Amino acid sequence: MLITVNSKSVEVNASGLAEALQELGYTSPAIATALNGQFVSRDARAAITLTHGDALEVLAPMQGG
Amino acid sequence: MQFYGTEISSRLLLGTAQYPSPKVLTDAIRACGTEIVTVSLRRESAGGSGDGFWQGLRDTGCHILPNTAGCHTAQEAVTTAQMARDVFGTNWIKLEVIGHSDTLQPDVFALVEAARVLAQDGFQVFPYTTDDLVVGEKLLDAGCELLMPWGAPIGSGQGLRNPDALRAMRAHFPDTPLIIDAGIGRPSDACLAMELGMDAVLLNTAVAKAGDPVGMAVAMTGAIKAGRAGFAADPMDSRDMAVPSTPILGMAELA
Repeated sequence: MLITVNSKSVEVNASGLAEALQELGYTSPAIATALNGQFVSRDARAAITLTHGDALEVLAPMQGG
Repeated sequence: MQFYGTEISSRLLLGTAQYPSPKVLTDAIRACGTEIVTVSLRRESAGGSGDGFWQGLRDTGCHILPNTAGCHTAQEAVTTAQMARDVFGTNWIKLEVIGHSDTLQPDVFALVEAARVLAQDGFQVFPYTTDDLVVGEKLLDAGCELLMPWGAPIGSGQGLRNPDALRAMRAHFPDTPLIIDAGIGRPSDACLAMELGMDAVLLNTAVAKAGDPVGMAVAMTGAIKAGRAGFAADPMDSRDMAVPSTPILGMAELA
């Protein structure tokens, strides 16, 4: 299944969001996710099923002012 | 001093961006004694690279104030705030909704809209706003318990462009914590902000881009303490004309 992660097209085998993150190497606990512009909490990821063309955002702590 | 019920003793809030190295950042944090540092969220690459920064910052023991920097709509800011809460585990959010990419001036209409949504969702909002009194009132009405007016455009280092407006803000909101956010360039700017009665100063670039960031962080702390002490000591009124401080009475007639 083809989805976009941070605006890059990627192929994933997993159909669940939590599994897809693992498959793609996003293993840090310090990440936040949004799917198609909607916030998805860490607790909600396991119940989310991805569909072709989904746009996933994965964010992490960064320096800021 | 309390922000949303949290007791804070340092009146310097420090940004964490643009330092020469992570070590200089943490050295500056420890040297100046700040208790609140701002952070952001940005896209993560697979495999993760942000953990080191985050771990180092957590080790300082500071309160974390995530921001919504770069957001241009209320919806973007709200979603970013939700993501920040998920990562940082705090209800605090430094709410920025930018109106112009070049001036980085806040879009105060979207700011109020986002503040209301976030406050209703349990966030404790630190709104980056202008010195407009009506906007300040609407932010408080939306659920904010403090205001963060700008001193000058973000990153400009111009100091306080409109001290009179900030003085008016202090008078209009006597019981609301006011934190100058943005524009501070030098210790004297921070000192003036505190002399005007501001409760705290948030700055980043002035320290990060100094030749000696650690030294500047310490200087800012000293300036903020001096300004606060000066405000508390009730400065004299300025006069249009000279008034001798040495008594005239009793002067010898030598001419």
